[in-house]
Amino acid sequence: MSLINQPLVIAGRTFQSRLILGTGKFSAPEAMRDALAASGTEMVTVALRRADLSGKKDPFANILEFIDPKKYLLLPNTSGAMNAEEAVRLARLAVAAGLPKWVKLEIHPDPRYLLPDPIETFRAAEILVKEGFTVLPYINADPVLAKRLQDVGCATVMPLGSPIGSNRGLQTRDQIRIIIEQATVPVVVDAGLGAPSHAAEAMEIGADAVLVNTAVAVASDPNRMAVAFKLAVEAGRAAFESGLGAPQETASATSPLTAFLE
Amino acid sequence: MSFVAELNSLPLSALVKRSLDTNLAAARESVAKESFSLADFAQLISPAAGKLLEPMGRRSQALTQQRFGKVIRLFAPLYLSNECINNCKYCGFSRDNPILRVTLTVDEVMRETRALAAQGFRNVLLVAGEHPKFVSNGYLRDCVAALHEEIPSVSLEVGPMETEEYRPLVAAGADGLVVYQETYDRAVYDDLHTAGPKKNLDWRLETPERAYAAGFRRIGIGALYGLADWRYEALCVAAHADYLLRNCWKASLTISLPRLRPCAGEFEPLTHISDRELVQLVCAFRLMFPDVGLVLSTREPAKLRDGLFPLGITLISAGSHTEPGGYTGAGKEHIHQTVRGRIVEAGASEWATPTNGHATNATGQFNIADGRSAEEVAKLIQSLGYEPVWKDWDVALTK
Repeated sequence: MSLINQPLVIAGRTFQSRLILGTGKFSAPEAMRDALAASGTEMVTVALRRADLSGKKDPFANILEFIDPKKYLLLPNTSGAMNAEEAVRLARLAVAAGLPKWVKLEIHPDPRYLLPDPIETFRAAEILVKEGFTVLPYINADPVLAKRLQDVGCATVMPLGSPIGSNRGLQTRDQIRIIIEQATVPVVVDAGLGAPSHAAEAMEIGADAVLVNTAVAVASDPNRMAVAFKLAVEAGRAAFESGLGAPQETASATSPLTAFLE
Repeated sequence: MSFVAELNSLPLSALVKRSLDTNLAAARESVAKESFSLADFAQLISPAAGKLLEPMGRRSQALTQQRFGKVIRLFAPLYLSNECINNCKYCGFSRDNPILRVTLTVDEVMRETRALAAQGFRNVLLVAGEHPKFVSNGYLRDCVAALHEEIPSVSLEVGPMETEEYRPLVAAGADGLVVYQETYDRAVYDDLHTAGPKKNLDWRLETPERAYAAGFRRIGIGALYGLADWRYEALCVAAHADYLLRNCWKASLTISLPRLRPCAGEFEPLTHISDRELVQLVCAFRLMFPDVGLVLSTREPAKLRDGLFPLGITLISAGSHTEPGGYTGAGKEHIHQTVRGRIVEAGASEWATPTNGHATNATGQFNIADGRSAEEVAKLIQSLGYEPVWKDWDVALTK
């Protein structure tokens, strides 16, 4: 029996896969292309600063040529932007270059931990939603900020599990639970998921999708790691949809002793 | 409060002594730590830790791949001018050196730029000697503005300026500023900088902070190894990096590790750092600063560079020239010779840079050691299992 999970719907678009992949840090564009295929993903994010937006088909910045737009929704991201103005400018440029009017809004002025700036992210989200973008903001796991972003019309919220590339897993688990509980849009756990078990955990607590990059890109076998994440995401989602039992302090027998009373 | 006060308060001699006296057990303990103080850093660069180079290298490599990925970024230096009003005993551009000098016009700079762009470079470092007449702020602004039309990421390595003087350069599109302290040892610094504004160590030391205040988002620092004791310098660089990470929190920081190379003036290095110690230093910087970019230039020979790339290096130059006009021969027509700072008739000079047999180019700052082309180096990077990244910045971010 295979796992058939409910599809993911973001801004009216349906995805069978709940795994979103990033495209940075790979050892070669071919390695990235193969890992994307192995992962079964249908949405991949690309840093606009790495791509050629001039329309000149720059052979020294040709990452987009390795991502088939028929197979994947290409989700441009604004990584590198330090404030709302820069992020908005990049997003507009991407549309002008013919990329989808979707944007993963990333504004992290701190280059060490790449933690998102909530104030600038909120400002940029307001502007971009008004301009008709489908906005997926990368945020710290702040439930109030998540609500505010939903209120201004963001298509998802993307709280971090732990800092980008840290492989530390769901350090923000309790806050993400609150975000999921209160969400009116899909919740995508983004960043810090270093192992398939982290991704499965996020899906089990009800995240609608996860975004993974570093763990796959720097694995010694990115393709197998991509498949491992695919399976973990499917398993976690199936467990969530099947109704996970709540943890208890004591043992509870699988054949209750009082069954004869029924 | 600037880094000057912090540097003055550091027990540097004690830290160097701690480093030299460390035993293997203590070094091993330091290498295994999760986060590092300056005292730990002293242990990481100790002779004892030199015996732990393999485990340090493995940790350094894993950390670098995790934080930066399996990629190495490339940049090229573009020398605008080798005019200089400073006398620095170790530098080929020193005012009193009788070398062939030139300042490229903006058009000539663009010829050089297009040659670099054709090789793949999308990240260019503009370098110039310090000369307010030839290398004026207006000239630099014009160069940056012209370059930024074709090159997304433009950095500067020029004479230090006031914050207000930097602002127009940032507005014109420059995103990075590189300033090497050369040496953090005050006595050595005084001895080596015999004339010119560079004599003022503190003014230079505060340059990264002024650059950050003006809006530069990439800051590069480093010492020039070969002037003072390398462990002393490395400790100062580590302290400086730590200070900048705390105080200039929005800037991407890079540390470069240049070793002194032969140059006009024939200055002999005063101190020595071996290849093995250089590798140890790269690993030590990586362990202490997982997110700081580490830069390696063509000052080092190919074999050493190839070995260092996967150990923690994130940004490299390739196919470099250190003379203005080196990529295309631009500016050849108006090269002149100077003797003790005065222009004399250009003639045959022992300091001319040979290019394809024509010894007519301006004099380079130093001789490079890795003469491979950018394409060759890019191929080598691929063969090591890394992607050579040319573009990681978009003009929309700085315009």
